[in-house]
Amino acid sequence: MANEKITLAHGAGGKMSAALMHDVILPAFDNPVLDVLHDGAKLATSGRLAFTTDSYVVRPLFFAGGNIGKIAVCGTVNDLAMTGAVPRYLSCGLILEEGFPVEDLSRIVRTMRETADAAGVAIVTGDTKVVEHGKADGIFINTAGVGELIAGIDIAPQNVRPGMKVLLSGCIGDHAAAILAGRHGIEIPESLTSDCAPLAGLTQAVLAAAPHTAVLRDPTRGGVAAVLNEIAAAAQVGVLVDEDALPIREAVRGICDMLGFDPLDLANEGKCIAFVPAAEADAALAAMRAHPYGKDACIIGETTEEAPGQVGLRTALGGIRIVDLPLGSLVPRIC
Amino acid sequence: MTRAEERAAAQELLAEIERQSARAGRPLRFMEVCGTHTVSIFRAGLRQMLPAGVALVSGPGCPVCVTPDDYMDKAIAYAAREDVILATFGDMLKVPGSASSLAEAEAEGADIRIVYSPLDALAIARENPEKKVVFLAVGFETTAPTAAALVLAAKGAGVKNLFLLSAQKLVPPALRALMDDPAVRVDGFLLPGHVAVVTGTDIFSFVAADYHLPGVVAGFSPLAILRALTRLTQQAAAGEARIENEYESVVHREGSCEARRVMRLVYEPVDARWRGIGIIPRSGLRMRDAFAAYDIERVLPLEVPEPRPRPGCRCGEVLRGIVTPPECPLFGKACMPTHAVGPCMVSVEGVCAAWYKYGQGRFVYGK
Repeated sequence: MANEKITLAHGAGGKMSAALMHDVILPAFDNPVLDVLHDGAKLATSGRLAFTTDSYVVRPLFFAGGNIGKIAVCGTVNDLAMTGAVPRYLSCGLILEEGFPVEDLSRIVRTMRETADAAGVAIVTGDTKVVEHGKADGIFINTAGVGELIAGIDIAPQNVRPGMKVLLSGCIGDHAAAILAGRHGIEIPESLTSDCAPLAGLTQAVLAAAPHTAVLRDPTRGGVAAVLNEIAAAAQVGVLVDEDALPIREAVRGICDMLGFDPLDLANEGKCIAFVPAAEADAALAAMRAHPYGKDACIIGETTEEAPGQVGLRTALGGIRIVDLPLGSLVPRIC
Repeated sequence: MTRAEERAAAQELLAEIERQSARAGRPLRFMEVCGTHTVSIFRAGLRQMLPAGVALVSGPGCPVCVTPDDYMDKAIAYAAREDVILATFGDMLKVPGSASSLAEAEAEGADIRIVYSPLDALAIARENPEKKVVFLAVGFETTAPTAAALVLAAKGAGVKNLFLLSAQKLVPPALRALMDDPAVRVDGFLLPGHVAVVTGTDIFSFVAADYHLPGVVAGFSPLAILRALTRLTQQAAAGEARIENEYESVVHREGSCEARRVMRLVYEPVDARWRGIGIIPRSGLRMRDAFAAYDIERVLPLEVPEPRPRPGCRCGEVLRGIVTPPECPLFGKACMPTHAVGPCMVSVEGVCAAWYKYGQGRFVYGK
């Protein structure tokens, strides 16, 4: 089917659907739970579960450092990881536009499999629909995910107290910058790619080292600014961040200057922010830095009793300015 | 300079500003007239660091803000045409017009290309001979020479499908209009470094000579702005009025003769309407008749509906530094960046947008 294009018949439930399933999708995802091929997957889980879902509409579909399939797995895996769970199973719902190249679909589902393997999850159920040409943009993906909550861990924004340290697992804005560069044809250095990565391993390491971690969040849409504001509001603490401590690549700064963005507002797909009691902060930082996805981790600030609900940035010269929630649609269709 | 040295230098400058402000014995207000200064000041949190007796007010330094309402509407209308490719700097994408923005027009299928240099638009025109390529030329003396150079390059290369949608303006006439306005009260100007690269510093001498106000041409790092403010405070405290150059590494007294020559070749000064200020004599640039073939508004005239009035909006006074954004009844309520009423809230360099984004007037953190 490699040179074919998706037709409405591929979504009609007949022979063409079966062919697409058996030739393209099943070989990529293939695992014992899925291979039963019944209406739903029977899952072997224990303990309390975390459950999440997310839809992916990123444009362009292929970008420096990944594609829509990689984000579709990482995004849902990371949402589970941030709730303090070990991700186990994903579903995969595909909405394909008539005329979409089967070759591109193959690449995307193969990437999903590779990413799922790296994240330690299996894609165990799914669905495929096709809509007429012009009614979608190539491919949209929905994934839902189930994970097992780690015993003894309690992750919630309300657990954040004044005097905690704020940790960030690496450079910010890489994903949005790579997407923007792709979209606008901006040349970027090879070293700048989307940071899209499954973070379950990293969060488990952090939670083992710092079991009293109050909250974990991945700063996707809305970036670091949105996460810090949401937590400051939910926990009614102030958050004071040190501008000099924020890891930002020069190329990302350049793209921000060019397009009028603030790196703090830019989406990430492979970063984690952790609010950790001061006594466990060094252990959490060491755990992040020991992980391949957390090499550039650092402590970027702390929570305060002062200014509850607000986020302040201590600037390089020693002033403090407010970091606000970013506006509505800074970068549409970022993930 | 290390960060620690920068911080120490900033502390020293702030101490000097405080001494001079005490010596002045009255509150001092200095105005910046460049959007890049405005953003840099807010980003660095400089306002909060200044002593109580020294205030910064923002003037008409945001090119989009001072451009009459219908400019973005026209840009969007041209972009929507099948036969047009719109070339623009990236920061214009999100600026809304009356009903839409270029970003939304792009999502609806308009062909909009982000360029880094106006000359990129020439390459686009060459690659797409069947299309009209329209470059958005907005700005002050900083951008006018490059827009003019683009037109000259197109003419030289015989490219006939490249046009400007031009709303270029000049800073010195606006300064004069501000100082002639009895409602505007300032004790000196932080003069725009990028503009001065082109104009030189002598063009600002009327500020001191005719109005007895000090002016200091400033660079854009927070420390450079603090250095310029120190010199402004020193002059104000001593009752002096001179134009000084704090950006000597880049700005020369005579400016760039070549840039001005190119500008004069293509453009002629005309009376121009500034939002909030009204018509200022000889403060705008119009393409000379010899270059009318490159002016999209003359080649392909296009009517856009009269922009809706904005009841309650005080952008006009904000742009003159008469009121601060929080004094506008709409600020942060009916008028926010997501649904802006006035232009000062929509542009990245807009005064209200900077106040809103960096929390001034709404937050107390760090005070």
